[in-house]
Amino acid sequence: MTVSRSAPTVTIREVTKTYGRFRALDAVSLDIAAGEFVTLLGPSGSGKTTLLMVLAGFVRPDSGSIRFGETEMVLEPPHRRDIGIVFQNYALFPHMTVAGNVGYPLRLRRVGKSEIARRVEEALALVQLQGYGERRVDQLSGGQKQRVALARAIVFEPRILLMDEPLSALDKKLREQMQIEIRQLHERLGITTVYVTHDQREALTMSDRIAVIDQGRFAQIDTPDRLYERPANRFVADFVGESHFLPVTVADGSARLGDRILRLADGVRPPSGAALLVVRPEKLDLAEGAGEGLNRIEGTVEGSVYQGESFLLQVRTSDGNRIAMRQPTRRAALRRLPQPGEPVALALHPDDTILVAAEPAP
Amino acid sequence: MADAVSGVPIGRGRRLWLYALGFLILLFLVLPTIIVIPMSFTGTRFLRFPPEQLSWRWYQAYLGSIEWREATWVSLKAAVLTMLVATPLGVMAAYGLHASRSKWSRLIETALIAPLILPLILVSIGIFFLYARLGLNNTMTGLVMAHVCLAMPFVFVTVLAGLKGYDMNQERVARSLGASRLVAFLTVTLPQVRFSVFSGALLAFITSLDEVVVALFISGGENATLTRRMFTALRDEIDPTVAAISSLLVALTLTLLALGLVFGDRRAGTR
Amino acid sequence: MSDGAGANAAALARAERREAQGLFLLCSPAVLLIAFVIFLPIGWLFTLSFTDEQGAFTLGHYARMLHPAYTRSFQTTLELSFLVTGICCLLGYPLAYLMSQVSKGWRAVIFVCVLFPFWTSLLVRTYAWLVLLQRRGMVNTWLQDVGLIDAPLRLVHNFTGTAIGMTQIMLPFMVLPLYAAMTSVDRDFVKAAASLGASPVKSFWQVFFPLTLPGLLAGVVLVFVLCLGFYVTPAVLGGGRVLMWSMSIERSVAVYSDWGAASALGVVLLVVTLGILWLMNRLFGVGRAIGGR
Repeated sequence: MTVSRSAPTVTIREVTKTYGRFRALDAVSLDIAAGEFVTLLGPSGSGKTTLLMVLAGFVRPDSGSIRFGETEMVLEPPHRRDIGIVFQNYALFPHMTVAGNVGYPLRLRRVGKSEIARRVEEALALVQLQGYGERRVDQLSGGQKQRVALARAIVFEPRILLMDEPLSALDKKLREQMQIEIRQLHERLGITTVYVTHDQREALTMSDRIAVIDQGRFAQIDTPDRLYERPANRFVADFVGESHFLPVTVADGSARLGDRILRLADGVRPPSGAALLVVRPEKLDLAEGAGEGLNRIEGTVEGSVYQGESFLLQVRTSDGNRIAMRQPTRRAALRRLPQPGEPVALALHPDDTILVAAEPAP
Repeated sequence: MADAVSGVPIGRGRRLWLYALGFLILLFLVLPTIIVIPMSFTGTRFLRFPPEQLSWRWYQAYLGSIEWREATWVSLKAAVLTMLVATPLGVMAAYGLHASRSKWSRLIETALIAPLILPLILVSIGIFFLYARLGLNNTMTGLVMAHVCLAMPFVFVTVLAGLKGYDMNQERVARSLGASRLVAFLTVTLPQVRFSVFSGALLAFITSLDEVVVALFISGGENATLTRRMFTALRDEIDPTVAAISSLLVALTLTLLALGLVFGDRRAGTR
Repeated sequence: MSDGAGANAAALARAERREAQGLFLLCSPAVLLIAFVIFLPIGWLFTLSFTDEQGAFTLGHYARMLHPAYTRSFQTTLELSFLVTGICCLLGYPLAYLMSQVSKGWRAVIFVCVLFPFWTSLLVRTYAWLVLLQRRGMVNTWLQDVGLIDAPLRLVHNFTGTAIGMTQIMLPFMVLPLYAAMTSVDRDFVKAAASLGASPVKSFWQVFFPLTLPGLLAGVVLVFVLCLGFYVTPAVLGGGRVLMWSMSIERSVAVYSDWGAASALGVVLLVVTLGILWLMNRLFGVGRAIGGR
């Protein structure tokens, strides 16, 4: 079991699913490259799980097309789609042993007994559960259960792997460890993977690309760094990362914050009409002196919170909006922090200066 | 008090009264039925407690009577057939209703539990009326059909409850792993709800075995059930043979109940 | 294989319909059997109740129900049902309360005792009462031995015996919903009342009891409705002297072959039963509790 025999591309075209008057999916389209790890990221009720269920074949859309490679799959029943799936609650079969669970898809495919034993052991080794085959499912910990579910989903070398919030039932430490493991497993197997989560950090850590979904539509489909550094709209900027918004006026091709013209990165043009400046705490710095070439935001310190790795400074800008700024507690970086009540000037690098349209995302 | 689910702390005197009263009510519930068992071993024509002399006389009378033996055979046959028909029908209906999102499901569910709610006497004369036109009165087919209608709701309700406590994602996983819906149901879903199916089947068996009113109308002649014959015997005189039969019925249901409890315990053990 | 909007819409809709039909097909044997054996004849009886011998429309069968012979059976039925329901309340409430108070082990014992009658044959339990309550039965013998009475009492083949037997048979239907209601009462509520200085008696009547009323009501409705249509126990313990509604129906068919009268009686019984259930469900949402027999 090295590289999946034929990782196909997945083409999602104009998929619509309505429940009564509620549009769970509104003509969504997405191209997934062979062997790519794509995450569907969105708040609950955004339609991300519905789309995953459509891919798996458990939810039939009203219209649209799903292709694996060149083959139209949207009308195929789940058992003919050749997909592995991992659910949040593991969904292990409690009446079978670990080996029984992992061997289940192979038995359905009428693989020989010794071959099943070999491949089950191999898959268990991949998820670091060698020798657990004879255990009963209820003797496993949460993390072990999820590994078994993962082994069961990949043992038959499916064309596509689907995961529905597989780690959200685990505690933080284990979750972060499993994120790395799943990512490494993906790199070894090269299996086309669609991963659903509402945890933006998890999405940023694991994915080749992230599709942010909101109210049944994609708000942005991009690589993690572009998604974070260049959010396409207010929804994405708000949902991914910690952001505050300052109103900006745009006229004659330049954006103004108050009466100052904002310097932007090369080649970036402000959106037309009303815009918002996306202010992220870790992108701000205390302005020293004139701060040549940087954008400047002035305000008053309202409070400061010690958070271990950093101080969070709460600032009210001169026009009354609230923003926050993060200052690392590393000695070398730590300067004298302004006290509450003191006026303060903050600097923002033009490359970190992000503008989005003021209207809520379409 | 530590284990009390809820309630008001009450004084000791009141508590004693409550215990005494509760004990008497429990006796009232259980004792009359239990006491028939020792009485059935009486050697005289008259049922007394304690019996003056012990004997198997009335059990011999029961086993020696062709009529009683035939009626027993009819009842057991009807109960087994009812169970065999009602169980798959109930399981199928429960699964179909559980998996569907149809706006009709509520209506179907009501229709399927209606036999539990409708007045039994009305149901009985209705079936009698229908069977008279179809020539189904006094036949095993007719009896089993009617009993299936009365027993199936129990299977339906228990299995539906079982399915509600079952994680449908398991069946989804099985289907994605390559099992057709039927195979996924048989290999993954059914093994998990087997205890609901088992207790539903048990209830179906007992429902048919104990049923009186419908049998009174539609079972007769060589297809008269045990309960029907007992009912007729009760109206005429107090025949001690009936005490022997009653004891046997109580023993049978208690055995089945114990069997169900043993299986239930095993389930609790594996969790 | 077009990429345009609405691609595959028709085929997908067809597949969705086929799946829905498949699931309905699974329900259909059960639904059809019940429709044929239960609903069809009841519908038939319904039309019969409005038809005279010539097949013309008539309200005669309903008008005849005002005859004293019938009204007496209604009266008996209602009297018995109210009496049995009342006694079930008086016995069931303390028992359910006890059940919610004792330790886990004792609770299991009480549960088995309450469920025991559920599992044993109705006829067997009725027969047991017949044996105990007869003229020279255990109860009379014991009462005479103790010296409470000189001559045996008439305890069976009359109203008293019927009421005693019916009460025992109906009691579990009262206890189970009551117990369910009591377990769902928030203990903190009652504790709070006690800590606010309410005396036990006061906090019982002002806090605990009102919170268990829905369970009591569910039990009352269940027992009352089951009593209305009860046949076996009154027929045996009443010895022909206690004529219930259900027995009027049985006699109309078995003795007089008067299907019009039987149907009309049955329809009224059905309407009253469903009416009570519907009303209670509307007012208090106790429909869920009506899952038992």
